[in-house]
Amino acid sequence: MLPDSPPAATATPEQLTLPPPGLFALFVAFARMSLSGFGGVLAFARRGIVERHQWMTAEEFNETFALCHFLPGPNIVNLSVVFGSRFRGVGGAIAAFAGLVGPPIVLVTMLAALYVRFGEIDALRRVLAGISCAAAGLLISTVLRMMMPLVRKRHVVGLVVMAAVFTAIGLARLPLPAVLLGAIPLSLAVTVLMRRRAVA
Amino acid sequence: MNPGGNPILTLVATFALMSLFAVGGASAAIPEMHRVAVDIQHWLTDKQFADPYAISRLAPGPNVLIVTLIGYSVAGIAGGLAATLAMCVPTAALAYAVSRLMKRSSHSRWPAIIQAALVPLSIGSMGSSGLILTLASDRTWVALLVTAGAGALAFATRLNPLWLLLAGGILGLAGIIG
Repeated sequence: MLPDSPPAATATPEQLTLPPPGLFALFVAFARMSLSGFGGVLAFARRGIVERHQWMTAEEFNETFALCHFLPGPNIVNLSVVFGSRFRGVGGAIAAFAGLVGPPIVLVTMLAALYVRFGEIDALRRVLAGISCAAAGLLISTVLRMMMPLVRKRHVVGLVVMAAVFTAIGLARLPLPAVLLGAIPLSLAVTVLMRRRAVA
Repeated sequence: MNPGGNPILTLVATFALMSLFAVGGASAAIPEMHRVAVDIQHWLTDKQFADPYAISRLAPGPNVLIVTLIGYSVAGIAGGLAATLAMCVPTAALAYAVSRLMKRSSHSRWPAIIQAALVPLSIGSMGSSGLILTLASDRTWVALLVTAGAGALAFATRLNPLWLLLAGGILGLAGIIG
């Protein structure tokens, strides 16, 4: 029996989490999550923060993540900054961000250098062509998974908005900022209206 | 490549703006990356555009690193670093500011409403990313079949995506994809 294992029966949720980490611990923890995160870091972030280090309870994690979800930009980058700052202010935000992006950027830059040097070799071209095909399929499967809740709930308005954005960006190739500047207010207005009607 | 302008400044301006419009994350901004890198700046050809995405899927880390690869192809190490920071810092600062404002989730309905309104937009732009990457990488019927097969397997099973990428690479090496 570990002497510091918390007595589960009496502890409140706050007492279940350990004291906040230092800057170096934040850097190392986010670097570790990032480097194990093939094809998405979020699952590893949850495991690292809630289970491994017990810096937050699952509820606190979800609350903090919900915030990052509706902000633009790379979600996991936002998450590192928000988490880091909750623990250690601006310094914590920078440490977590540096851990998340620093080590993999070194790795990717090395891959980029190899690509520039050897990218024209026929065998490598063929391998990359095959990987690209599969990678496109993976992205499409993510899109389908995200669509399923809308389909299941017969969320017609959501599906129409989705199809309109797909037409404007994917087919007509209009600039993303222009499309979103039109679509965000429209989608917000429709969502609010629908909720009002649902209540009434 | 970009006569009359500093390529680093162009990268920073491009990705700093894109960062604020990447609703749904980096993979929702791929159509915009394609539009700027291929159609406007001519940094890459349409066929080359599939490569940075494939390489970024192979490497661990956040998927925003596709931006590092685009930046590197324009201006080397400095380009990769500048593009990545430009893509991350504006929204990171925004996230920091918003999280300070909403220390605790006040039981406001707005976060839920905003999220419900934005999800269809993210799916629409990510779907466009899927289309653009498919058009860039699939030049033959077999290639299209590989994309469809990988998509179906990833959708229906919980297979680690790395296996599907590896299978794609092996099929490619065998010369089947063409």
